[in-house]
Amino acid sequence: MPDPKNILMNQASVKTLSLKDLSFQRNEKFLFSNISLTLESGDILQILGQNGSGKTTLLRLISTALRPYSGEIIWQGKNVNDIRESYLEDVLFLGHQPGLKRLLSAEENLVWWRRLNKTNLSKNVNAFEEVGLYNHKDEPCNYLSVGQLKRAALARLYVSEAKLWILDEPFTSIDKEFSIKLKSLIVSHLKRGGIVVLATHQDLKIENMKYFSISDLSGATSE
Amino acid sequence: MNNIGFLAILRRDLLLAVRYRGDLANPLIFFFIVIALIPLGLTPDSKELSEIAPGMLWITALLASLLSLDGLFKDDFADGTLEQIIILPQPLYFMVLAKTIVHWVVTGLPLSLLAPVLGLMLSLPETGYLPLMLSLLIGTAILSLIGSVGAALTLPLNKEGILLSLIVIPFYMPVLIFGSNMVVLAVDGLSIASPLAIMGALLALSLLISPYVTSCALRLSIYG
Repeated sequence: MPDPKNILMNQASVKTLSLKDLSFQRNEKFLFSNISLTLESGDILQILGQNGSGKTTLLRLISTALRPYSGEIIWQGKNVNDIRESYLEDVLFLGHQPGLKRLLSAEENLVWWRRLNKTNLSKNVNAFEEVGLYNHKDEPCNYLSVGQLKRAALARLYVSEAKLWILDEPFTSIDKEFSIKLKSLIVSHLKRGGIVVLATHQDLKIENMKYFSISDLSGATSE
Repeated sequence: MNNIGFLAILRRDLLLAVRYRGDLANPLIFFFIVIALIPLGLTPDSKELSEIAPGMLWITALLASLLSLDGLFKDDFADGTLEQIIILPQPLYFMVLAKTIVHWVVTGLPLSLLAPVLGLMLSLPETGYLPLMLSLLIGTAILSLIGSVGAALTLPLNKEGILLSLIVIPFYMPVLIFGSNMVVLAVDGLSIASPLAIMGALLALSLLISPYVTSCALRLSIYG
């Protein structure tokens, strides 16, 4: 007998992301073809693959920055091309580059990003305490080290209200201590009913982690 | 809802323009130097200078605006903020429009305001000052809008300078023709209504179309 309270919660807040027969072509060669998978609230997917195998491309497809060659991305039962704006309100995408303006301070960058994403503007200070940049938040990003830049970019995770996190190599160039913190942040996002898709070469050892390896499909060829 | 992103980009880019003051001055210095050299290189005779003044001022302003184009999206592309802008839950049209407006505010607007001073150096008759400013105000806005399409198309290339010029200069020609024609007519004491009307129509048209074309070009360019 399932817990009725649990069912109620599920109906209200469970999110589902499915990829249906997703293919992508570059220079007339398939990077990957016919990827199908489904993720629900609380799921985390790690994308594996050699350098250049198309991990970043797959993440960009899921974030709608790139259009697939064929196939569909389904969010809450609807094709994301039809509900692009409401889908993107649920998405947080962090790419390779930190996406920070070098002449603005870390805080100015975060405020700008939050204005664009319409998130509540009152929690900045906490975010920089969490990522350990509180004393540097007013310096131009020019003065920050590579690791600090990454931390400044990751500060968005602490203020975002997005359900689906798409993270491209979030663990590169940050130290061990912050890696542990980031991992626990990801776990707590999953517990709140979020979904995480990430590309990383690290073994994260998170419970119920799903894996998808692009290199499995390296035999896929263009016809 | 749309203007939240529009205003955020407008504010950030203006702030960045103030912090990159050096870049801001480049087109103005170029404009000033070329105009200052003309009397030295061609002729100091004020009658001859006043005849070529409208065209010279317009050509130099056009080149100054063209010079500053290639930075329009380059920095945002390099540091990853363009990627963030493209996947915002808002239409890209308004974001691109905001960036183009800032480009005009930091190049076209100061060029237009400086133009009468340089007109004085070329012995432009006084009756030409206001029409010169007016034609440049409208004209440089059109140049920024058209130029944004070229800047977006050539974004992934490393040496975009020549290609960018080749793409946008043909579209710049009507603006140059009607813009300088407006000043010539005013100096001759004739009505400027018809070139003004055509410039206004060109501005309306490019305001409507070019941010849209630029956003499509950006989506194509950004991941090659």
